[in-house]
Amino acid sequence: MSVVPAEVLPGSAVAQRDRVTVAEGGVRAVAELGARARLWPALAAVYRAQLSRARVARIPLLFVATFQSVGIMVLMRGVVDGGGEARAVVAGSSVLVVAFVALNLLAQYFGQLRASGGLDHYATLPVPPAAVVLGAAAAYASFTVPGTLVTAVVGCVLFQLPLTHLWILAAVIPLAGAALAGLGAALGLLAPRPELATLLGQLGMSAALLLGVLPPDRLPTVVQYARDLLPSTYGVEAFGLTFGADPDWGVVLLDLAVCAGVGVASLAVATWAYRRAAVR
Amino acid sequence: MCAVRDLTKTYPAVRGRRGTPATPEVRATDGVDVDIRRGEIFGLLGPNGAGKTTLVRQLTGLMRPDRGSVEILGHDIVRHPERAARILAYLGQESSALDELTVSLAAETTGRLRGLDVRSARSERDAVLDELGLTALASRPLKKLSGGQRRLACFASALVGARPFLVLDEPTTGMDPVARRAVWGAVDRRRAEHGTTVLLVTHNVIEAETVLDRVAVLDRGRVIACDTPSGLKEQVAGEVRVELVWRERAPLDVPEVAALRDRAVESGRRWALRLAPEEARAAVAAVTGGAAFAALDDFTLATPSLEDVYLALGGSAGNVRGLVKT
Ligand SMILES: Nc1ncnc2c1ncn2[C@@H]1O[C@H](COP(=O)(O)OP(=O)(O)OP(=O)(O)O)[C@@H](O)[C@H]1O
Ligand SMILES: [Mg+2]
Repeated sequence: MSVVPAEVLPGSAVAQRDRVTVAEGGVRAVAELGARARLWPALAAVYRAQLSRARVARIPLLFVATFQSVGIMVLMRGVVDGGGEARAVVAGSSVLVVAFVALNLLAQYFGQLRASGGLDHYATLPVPPAAVVLGAAAAYASFTVPGTLVTAVVGCVLFQLPLTHLWILAAVIPLAGAALAGLGAALGLLAPRPELATLLGQLGMSAALLLGVLPPDRLPTVVQYARDLLPSTYGVEAFGLTFGADPDWGVVLLDLAVCAGVGVASLAVATWAYRRAAVR
Repeated sequence: MCAVRDLTKTYPAVRGRRGTPATPEVRATDGVDVDIRRGEIFGLLGPNGAGKTTLVRQLTGLMRPDRGSVEILGHDIVRHPERAARILAYLGQESSALDELTVSLAAETTGRLRGLDVRSARSERDAVLDELGLTALASRPLKKLSGGQRRLACFASALVGARPFLVLDEPTTGMDPVARRAVWGAVDRRRAEHGTTVLLVTHNVIEAETVLDRVAVLDRGRVIACDTPSGLKEQVAGEVRVELVWRERAPLDVPEVAALRDRAVESGRRWALRLAPEEARAAVAAVTGGAAFAALDDFTLATPSLEDVYLALGGSAGNVRGLVKT
């Protein structure tokens, strides 16, 4: 082991890093800070890493989510009689896949990460909190794409709905995904214990199932209010409307805008929750 | 370059709920003063629960101290905890954030989150994996590696995106000698080339003796000694370490052996004693001659190690057998 006395270290590396400032007490060296990761590159790096771990660990769960939604649609076929109710069921079941992954699984992930001390890793890297939260949320949301598409197509075939406007999913998935993933991340980061995070995530998903899939006209008024509070509802509404013969695009846009607004708000809350959880 | 003053942190008491007993409050660091010089490999040594992790978590801005100050390279870390991430790299005791990534992606992502662009993150990743002999494992997820390999992969991540200060919490736990050597080689190289300073938490006294420039011994949240390993050893210089191994059990009917018992740290058939040289001579004469010899399996005499220093300092009320986990 070579012992290098502090005084004879290679001057260049040391000297370049330091500038000397004069404080009241005398002269002291203040090192310049190392680089900070910028938002977008950091977000991209987190996204890529999260997507890769989701791919390894979560594919079976994606199958579960898709089968669940398809199963619900098959069940509901006997109950609803086409028309508006069928649209609501297909839209609700498709968005349910997003809720399963983005809300439920992300709440679990952040709950466990926090409990096991895994947040320390990110907290000791110079990365903006928003990059960690948004990167994870985006990865989980994009991970739902295949399941949501499959569910939507199967639903359209089952209930003889037109496939014409399925492109709207390109807006519905990211917006509902942002809203639900933000909610899931916030729940996971705020829950005092990981079991509680898991529980909250699953409750949130059950809510999305009950309030999103069941046709709203049949629900009691109180439950309809609860439905209006759930961020995924607006995604479901917007998607459902596009199955009509002549969709009212103004209303669709409005619904999507609400979804986007809720998404921004819930991701902001999640980022705040991350900051709170990271430094204790 | 790193000055710690009067650092104090108390974990609050937790009231018991049904089925879970209450835990009293724990003062995990208690008025700790430490000065780490630039280019130094500084060790924190101490038994489980001494407060080592709590101390380094306060240095890295992960935990706000109740009282006291931390200044690293001129920056006040208590007031600006977010600056710590731009000065130091931290290897924590847990790896759960990286567990499901491959070795290569874990290192690359960590580098990018330290502000490297894609190209430099990749080239630094390749260089570090190569340096640590991890290239063959690069595409394996950390979860599927052995404990020592996983630790080495986490260490690799800590090195991508160089920082002037490395804070390593038990980096070599579970590693074989080859991996350990790779770690110390990498640390040494960074110190020689860039003047990197290292704060190291360890249990391994033998490693501590060979690697560290200075050591602080922590016990129940307090620094009970701080010196170079050889300086610490001088504190017990006049003493000899005697280890006796009995065939089955100690022949306590021999009076000399019975007299030694009070001063021995017993573990099974093994007795460890710290004695003045003439006492040691007498003890060895007693057990190698006469009735006791039949019961003796083996004995060793050695000059004191850092472990003896720790025992001499009376770590944790003297009932700790040593720092090496057995
Ligand atoms: N989150 C916590 N809440 C309450 N008490 C804690 C917490 N973390 C640690 N402690 C207590 O604080 C003390 C110091 O713990 P710390 O983890 O700093 O020890 P350590 O020296 O790192 O031990 P080890 O060698 O086992 O890693 C211990 O008594 C421990 O039980
Ligand atoms: Mg520890």
